[in-house]
Amino acid sequence: MPTMKGINSRCAFYLGFLVGTCTLYFLRQVWLVGLAPTLSDGLGSNAKVLLNQRAEHRDWRVEGSALINLKHPHNIGEDSQVADELYQKVRILCWVMTGPSNLQKKAQHVKATWSRHCNVVLFMSSEEDRDFPTVGLDTGEGRDKLYWKTIRAFHYVFKNHGEEADWFLKADDDTFVVVDNLRWLLSNYTPEDPIYFGKRFKPYAKQGYMSGGAGYVLSKEALKRFVEGFRTKVCTHTTSVEDLALGQCMEKMGVLAGDSRDTMQRETFHPFVPESHLTGKFSKSFWYWNYCYYPIVEASGPQCCSDLAISFHYVDAQLMYLLEYYTYHLRPYGYRYRYQPPLSLVLGMVHQAEGVEEPGNGAAGKGQGLADDKAVEQVQTDLENRPETQPEKNPAVNRTVAEKEVQQ
Amino acid sequence: MYESCCHTGLNMLAEGSSFFKGLLLGSIFCLVVSLLGNFTPSWQSSPGIHLHHHIKAPSKEDLQGLPETQKLELSLRVRVYCAIMVQPKDLAYYLTAKDTWSKHCDRAEFYTSESSKAIEAVNLQEQDEWARIRKALTHAYNNAGDLRWFFVARATTFAIIENLKYLVLDKDPRQPFYIGRTAKSGELEYVEFTSGIILSYEALRRLTEVFDDTEKCPERGRALWKLSEEKQLAECLKYRGVFAENGEDTQGKGLFNSKSVNSLIADSLDQDPADVVENCCSDMAITFSGMTPNQMQVMMFGIYRLHPYGHTFHDSLVFLPPVGSEND
Repeated sequence: MPTMKGINSRCAFYLGFLVGTCTLYFLRQVWLVGLAPTLSDGLGSNAKVLLNQRAEHRDWRVEGSALINLKHPHNIGEDSQVADELYQKVRILCWVMTGPSNLQKKAQHVKATWSRHCNVVLFMSSEEDRDFPTVGLDTGEGRDKLYWKTIRAFHYVFKNHGEEADWFLKADDDTFVVVDNLRWLLSNYTPEDPIYFGKRFKPYAKQGYMSGGAGYVLSKEALKRFVEGFRTKVCTHTTSVEDLALGQCMEKMGVLAGDSRDTMQRETFHPFVPESHLTGKFSKSFWYWNYCYYPIVEASGPQCCSDLAISFHYVDAQLMYLLEYYTYHLRPYGYRYRYQPPLSLVLGMVHQAEGVEEPGNGAAGKGQGLADDKAVEQVQTDLENRPETQPEKNPAVNRTVAEKEVQQ
Repeated sequence: MYESCCHTGLNMLAEGSSFFKGLLLGSIFCLVVSLLGNFTPSWQSSPGIHLHHHIKAPSKEDLQGLPETQKLELSLRVRVYCAIMVQPKDLAYYLTAKDTWSKHCDRAEFYTSESSKAIEAVNLQEQDEWARIRKALTHAYNNAGDLRWFFVARATTFAIIENLKYLVLDKDPRQPFYIGRTAKSGELEYVEFTSGIILSYEALRRLTEVFDDTEKCPERGRALWKLSEEKQLAECLKYRGVFAENGEDTQGKGLFNSKSVNSLIADSLDQDPADVVENCCSDMAITFSGMTPNQMQVMMFGIYRLHPYGHTFHDSLVFLPPVGSEND
């Protein structure tokens, strides 16, 4: 019957239309997804940036519980020649004091930010964790275990990684460190100097000691003496107050408490967050006033902190990323920083950073590179033959006095 | 029997062909619709419009084409007049702006709603925000001197003027530019006030002219419903052919932020913990808003002082620290 036929064919038509639309819709979706990689390439620089970021995560080599940095993180468009050279010449091993309950809360953010600028990183916990990774120190957790963890951590580092670095930094999982600035400070010394640096406190020890939370860094010689001190029982676990105990051991072993301030006497290691140092008004009865070894230049305001600040403490997750953003990313285009200190010649680094010329050194100049190897060799020979210049850097510390104390 | 089967077969075939016709037509229909969907209806926008809708900072390649002498000349020639809106209740912000980022403007002028002993500013004697902006911009235009770029923002915003200058470096202020963080309200595209507004000299000139037209650009806002001041501004500028443009870096990231850097970092941490800093904000960001005065001081330190030793940029402009200042 014709009408039935007509209705049927119309229905068939509509059905076909529907099926056709749906099929092609799904086909298109699949086609788009399949083309996604090629499409993202077409986005150009955006994709390249993303690829670079992913690649950065593959720039660690995991060796046991240590993260060996293969590539110093770089920013697009920057000239990091001087930073890269310092990276080669001032090798820093960073070990971060953490615990099982803080791995995701705190240590993870250290891992994602500043620790990428160390040559080697180790996360020290009471328990081993293969995935993070962390070293297991076989202690308990808690404030009373802090010095035990420190002793074991330094022994572990000395035994397993002693040859992989020149300087050994201890930090907490809520410390933020600008490792490039630490390298600048340490470039004025050699790893054979028995010396250590940090935020210097004055009570309880003759030469003072370094605040644990603000982080402190030992030269290779200082680390050797620390380990030797425990072997000979000159140093023992005296108290759980980790930073003080370590400072007292250092003093007994003849290791100098160095002056970490910049050339304008501004502090570089900070025991609090930037906001406290820059804007906080510490009350006169606050313990801090009595603890600082050097006069507090300004309790709040810009002279509190060096432009080449090295550390801050009590830094939570958000502040970690914010400080990483401020230090390595956000910048005023074309701006000439006020503070342009020269680079030491101790390492034989002939060229200067940021256009500052060293008077009397004809080879200085931006971007000169180490093309003139002979000049570099000459400088190095001169440095080896010169009388010791190290004590000049630390007028506040009398080396002979410390040595006398060791002999007593 | 055989005939009826055949008959049914033929029927089905007829239906089948209808089915396939439908299938074919449906597929074509779907394709056409999706293609049309991807099409931006560019013919819809009015003719004779500026070619740019997103303003990007010049890329390194752009600038390398410029001769050295021209780069130096540009560093000195791009000069900004900052019109900063304050209110007595925001005294702390006034003090912070005065102590921090406003020092990097070639000229910083504060405009207040009412007089206050603690605030050194042009007293507009006006409570209505749109009327204040009108007066402030008129004052700025009349006192511009030889400054050709204007940045207007509240004191609760923090601006990095060097990056602002870099953004407009290769733009001619004799052309109308109205730049910031854009948003859309119906058909109107406007620049959000919270994150600051850039106007070129030509844009401001046209604006002051249209201020006289009480029909198109009334001083008190339209009678029936009041538009926010940022939308009023966009409407008035639109009449003179000046359109809002979104300021972006060479990777397309927005340079003007209506939130604080702290909350942007927090958002990024929530969304993608693997790449917090990369996904947060541009390296060349120009503004942030909603920060406390203390957070602004930290930002000042973080931008102008704190930096990692040994990393340099061979930028094409040179900006020196301001005289008589310590925190930068």
